[in-house]
Amino acid sequence: MYKKIKNNGIIPIAEIPVLEYPAFADEVSHLLDSSACHCVNYYAVPFNNRLQYFCFIANDETNDICILSHQTENSPEVKLESLAKKHFALHIFEREIHENFGIQFDGHPWLKPVRYPFNRADKNQVPDNYPFYRIESEELHEVGVGPIHAGVIEPGHFRFICDGEKVLHLEIHLGYQHRGVEQLFIKKNSTLQRCILAESIAGDSVIGHSMAYAGLMESLSGKQANDRLSIERVVAMELERIAIHIGDTSALSTDVAYQFGQVVNEALRTLVINTTQLWCGNRFGKGLIRPFGTHYPIDAMLADKMLATLKDVGERYLQITDRIYNLTSVLDRFETVGEITRKQAEKIGAVGMAARTTGLKRDIRHSHPFAGYHHIAYEPVLLTTGDVLARGFLRKLEVEQSLDLVNKLLERIKLIDIPSEKPIFDLKLQPSQLGISLTEGWRGEICHSAVTNEQGEIIHYKVKDPSMHNWMALALAVRNQEISDFPICNKSFNLSYCGHDL
Amino acid sequence: MLFDEIKIFMRHGQQFIPDVTKVELAPLFRGRPEISASITAEEAGVAQQLCPTGAIGTSPASINLGKCVFCKECHFLFPEKIRFTNDYKIATNNPDRLIIKAGDNSPVTLDADLVRKEIKSFFGHALKLRQVSAAGDNACEMELNACGNVNFDMGRWGIEFVASPRHADGLVITGPISENMAQALEICYHSTPNPKLLILVGTDAISGGIFADSPALNRDFLNKYPIDLYVPGNPAHPLTFINGVLELTRGKR
Ligand code: SF4
Repeated sequence: MYKKIKNNGIIPIAEIPVLEYPAFADEVSHLLDSSACHCVNYYAVPFNNRLQYFCFIANDETNDICILSHQTENSPEVKLESLAKKHFALHIFEREIHENFGIQFDGHPWLKPVRYPFNRADKNQVPDNYPFYRIESEELHEVGVGPIHAGVIEPGHFRFICDGEKVLHLEIHLGYQHRGVEQLFIKKNSTLQRCILAESIAGDSVIGHSMAYAGLMESLSGKQANDRLSIERVVAMELERIAIHIGDTSALSTDVAYQFGQVVNEALRTLVINTTQLWCGNRFGKGLIRPFGTHYPIDAMLADKMLATLKDVGERYLQITDRIYNLTSVLDRFETVGEITRKQAEKIGAVGMAARTTGLKRDIRHSHPFAGYHHIAYEPVLLTTGDVLARGFLRKLEVEQSLDLVNKLLERIKLIDIPSEKPIFDLKLQPSQLGISLTEGWRGEICHSAVTNEQGEIIHYKVKDPSMHNWMALALAVRNQEISDFPICNKSFNLSYCGHDL
Repeated sequence: MLFDEIKIFMRHGQQFIPDVTKVELAPLFRGRPEISASITAEEAGVAQQLCPTGAIGTSPASINLGKCVFCKECHFLFPEKIRFTNDYKIATNNPDRLIIKAGDNSPVTLDADLVRKEIKSFFGHALKLRQVSAAGDNACEMELNACGNVNFDMGRWGIEFVASPRHADGLVITGPISENMAQALEICYHSTPNPKLLILVGTDAISGGIFADSPALNRDFLNKYPIDLYVPGNPAHPLTFINGVLELTRGKR
């Protein structure tokens, strides 16, 4: 008993069947037994004195998103049987529900804090007393890193348990970046304010998140963006991917002391983000994505300028990556380091490029297309070795694929005669609906969903960054590795702290 | 093999920007705004209503760069009255100078009287900075990283980011400062030897930006210690940061 919708679909709350928990658990478990399915989100919404839970399970083969629901009282007395016992990928969602509302999940392997939100159920839980896993032993030692790291990056704490140089276990404790994003989405009642919020969730995924937000607002308003805008949005998505992937190629080179690879890629990344700046005035695309329209349509002249730069970037990126991935000194550091297997990726619910390097085909552009991806025959690139090399090399392949796609779309935009629309901020959202919007950012799937009340006001807003799933992949990847390989493992995933902490 | 590298190198060419004070950024870059003296109080009021972060004042009409997230929506509302120039030199040490008033199209500069005496002698030749992201969204962080890259090459003035506060001459803070980061930030500040600089980068750090009224923040830190430089932007452009720091420590652009 559940409802199915498509990506960017909406459904009246009243039409979603509310199951008894055992029936809910059975259905969820049954769906997740299929390898085509994974959970994109599972959360609880407070209604009066009760909690209504919504679980979204995406079927990558049928393009459906199944919505299952159950209810409990909103009280820390409530105890539920943990589903993570059988389907480990749900661990993070049950932890989140536990942290927010105090709900107990019996048999959960790891019911620890997620991000210490300001409105958490138990204020006695503070970052200072995070319950790290310990091993009592005279031979092992612990290494703590963070929250402030050596580089110019966001804060988070890593706790290693090591046997000499070898990492036995890594636990990642986050939450330092918590800004109360989800609550602000409810509190701020102007569409523009919410656009700015969406753009600020993760500065490296401005387009991915702001497009998820815009898509959600459009479907809740009951209208869709026009075809021109849909294509321009794909260009924006792919430019973001290209820029970050090239930047990461640079960073991976830095970490193995291949300075030439570092500087050449730095310069190429600059060209790409300056192309975004030429387009909309901001190197990361802030201000570009707005509901129903844009202030920055691409005209033929701009398209030609973008094409010329990207052609240059493509050629040079090919040259330098050919060099990087043929250097024995680089390969020696990347190959068979930080491996995760397809089985592990499936188990933890890995998404995006981390999943695709293990042969697991998870790509929203392909399975649940949004914006202009509907009209593009897009097939994700897959690798199978799941090591640092695969995560580096997949970036190379994806950059080439994205450049190709952007080139084609820019040529198409030059011919298109659909007029560009201005953004609309005065939105009338349909009452008592639940909506979901998925995009495939460069890291993986981004999910925004919202619930409206009888007046069409947003009363609940939920954001999921792909990092929510993938931090566990990093923890697994460094097991049995030398601790000195942690930086390249970390960089090869390049996960978001603020996207996770919200 | 070596031949391949030489080929790449030739095409890579010279990347560094020779004069960081005279770069012509993309025409659409959103830098220092200009408000026409002809804007009416009513128009300013309408723009104020729209502004997502309360950056617009009405008497006289003004934009506070410390609050502005540079969304440019006020311009789209009144294209004739408010415009954003591509002038990226908008860092200052005097918070009053962050407020751009109608009819005042003069550049944003530092207030020489507010620059502490020791700054020039201690930091005028080389400067090691420790960056702390306190709930920053990673956009300002990426731009600060870019300051040291082959294009902006801040290292040529002996300015760089270091791994430990104990090696640093000052802190560069990004992000609106979450409650969960407040303690770590404070510890980091005290670990930095005196005399030290304190620099806020990005609108989120300067005012909290779009997060200003979030209960998840704790900005007490900023009331306790003197701030030497405000670098506005969403995110702050590398050139805004570099020019601001150079003017602060060397008194020139
Ligand atoms: S550009 Fe700045 S002043 Fe204008 S509306 Fe946006 S935030 Fe407000």
